[in-house]
Amino acid sequence: MKKVLLSCVALGGLLAATAGARPAHSQELLNVSYDPTRELWRDINARFIAQYAREKGVTLQIKQSHGGSSTQARAVIDGLEADVVTLASVIDTDAIAQRGLITGDWTERLPHDSLPYYSTIVFVVRKGNPKGIKDWPDLVKPGVEIITPNPKTSGNGYLSFFSAWGSVVLRGGSRQNAVDYVTKLYRQVPVLDSGARGAAATFVQREIGDVHLAWENEAHLEVREARGDLELVYPPLSIRAEPHVAVVDQNVDRKKTRAAAEAYLKYLYTDEAQEIIAKHFYRPSNEAVLNRHAATFPAMRLFSVKEIALGFADAHKKFIAEGGVFDTIYKPR
Amino acid sequence: MAGVNRKVLPGFSLSLGYTLFYLTVLVMVPILACFSKAASLSLDQFRAAVWTERTRAAYVLTFGASFAAAAVDVLLGMLVAWVLVRYRFPGRRIMDSLIDLPLALPTAVGGLVYASLYVKKGWLGQYLVPLGIQGAYSRLAIVLVLVFIGLPFVVRTVQPVLEDQDADSEEAAASLGATRWQAFQRVILPPLYPALITGFALSFARSLGEYGSVVFVSGNMPYKTEIAPVLIVARLEEFAYGEATAIAVVLLIVSFAMLVLINVLERWSKGGAARA
Repeated sequence: MKKVLLSCVALGGLLAATAGARPAHSQELLNVSYDPTRELWRDINARFIAQYAREKGVTLQIKQSHGGSSTQARAVIDGLEADVVTLASVIDTDAIAQRGLITGDWTERLPHDSLPYYSTIVFVVRKGNPKGIKDWPDLVKPGVEIITPNPKTSGNGYLSFFSAWGSVVLRGGSRQNAVDYVTKLYRQVPVLDSGARGAAATFVQREIGDVHLAWENEAHLEVREARGDLELVYPPLSIRAEPHVAVVDQNVDRKKTRAAAEAYLKYLYTDEAQEIIAKHFYRPSNEAVLNRHAATFPAMRLFSVKEIALGFADAHKKFIAEGGVFDTIYKPR
Repeated sequence: MAGVNRKVLPGFSLSLGYTLFYLTVLVMVPILACFSKAASLSLDQFRAAVWTERTRAAYVLTFGASFAAAAVDVLLGMLVAWVLVRYRFPGRRIMDSLIDLPLALPTAVGGLVYASLYVKKGWLGQYLVPLGIQGAYSRLAIVLVLVFIGLPFVVRTVQPVLEDQDADSEEAAASLGATRWQAFQRVILPPLYPALITGFALSFARSLGEYGSVVFVSGNMPYKTEIAPVLIVARLEEFAYGEATAIAVVLLIVSFAMLVLINVLERWSKGGAARA
């Protein structure tokens, strides 16, 4: 028993030693991100690696990890050695910060509140928009079926909920009006998929529902892949979704990768990276680049979560978490 | 026992030591961690997390659907094992290997495929939905996919027992004037009871924890088709680790109790078979 334990410790020590002794001219970064950003980061990484090698003479290897945003956050909290996190919601990044892995006022460290890009929730409808869905009130017309994932288990899900809520209270509706509206809306949701991927499959492959409330970037891909069977509808107003990026201080300090990690995130604000971001249908935070792609990103009012709550965490607590508004929608039969 | 004779096989203490070590590392420590996390809650918090109208509905559904699926698996599994053991026909080998497929397939794939088949526009759904049979996004859907996932456990436990059974005893029963039904009921079935019960227990236990496939077919509607593991994930999304593990602990305790009960039943059925 003792011997086994000893050899385990020795092996662990050996691994740690070899990891520490890696030559300085090649480094590895781990970018822990959420689900649909796989292609975006692949493109960005290729360009950044080339640039960094040219300018600093350091060969980088950037690994990507993708999954549900809060699952990824929990993995980082539990010890996944992310150098940078690029998650879907500040709730998840803050959960990491609260455990001391990211320190200080991290949103202040990079331009635009550490948001190289932002996004929103839009509508995808069937060809010709047979139910005439143009705006949020159209969703609760009789006979309209809405596909959106479960707000309790999905970022796409709670962003849809926040948008729906904002569409009432920001147009002068009362809190009660908003409760009535979301209750009606979710009663017309036939399937509450656990995540964005499942909801897309339900809507596209299984042809269930008349409208799919999706991330703007995913909606673009969905419509493109459907080759004319689906259409994009921009509601006049929707939530501003904010996928912040951050360096995980504790990890980069231990792995001695801070310089590369910081350069990596700074690179996201260059024109080159902003163009790649736009190409993947995320709204670049650089206005000049955004305006160049005005055809892809029609103007719409993107309201801040601060207009309906203190912030994303507060909105999640009020509306989605145990005992929130969402829990009052469904009644036991 | 009582230390009378030396053991025939050597290395008892070593192998027991390893067994205990692995059980501890692989099973006991994770379960203990689960309990200790749940213990971070006060009693009131614990009760609030695990005992609401919504969680109760989810427990009933989780245990009910798993029980129903395991019961169907016992019937189907026995039939499949019977066919595979007793008859020789072309394609038998392939059929035999097909049985294990649900074990190898990522269950999410199973769930996605089932949902696609049974929706209104799916291959099967186009005929079933007009008849009022909702094989997707319903409780029936959950049972269906759980039957799929649990079937190999019954087939694989029953098959070897059937293989050991000689056809002689059936022929003897027939020559003594038993009808086919009597021969089945009195001669073939009793030795199978322990294997059937084990198969039931395995497929039941497997179903209780199943998440990947069920979330894709159930529709996850609160109070209707929301299984308990979905609630665990929902609480995790709030970073409410304590509450999430509290629900897991309830599932663990109930499952453990049921498995103990099934074990007792199995022991008892073995005794019954020996007496017969």
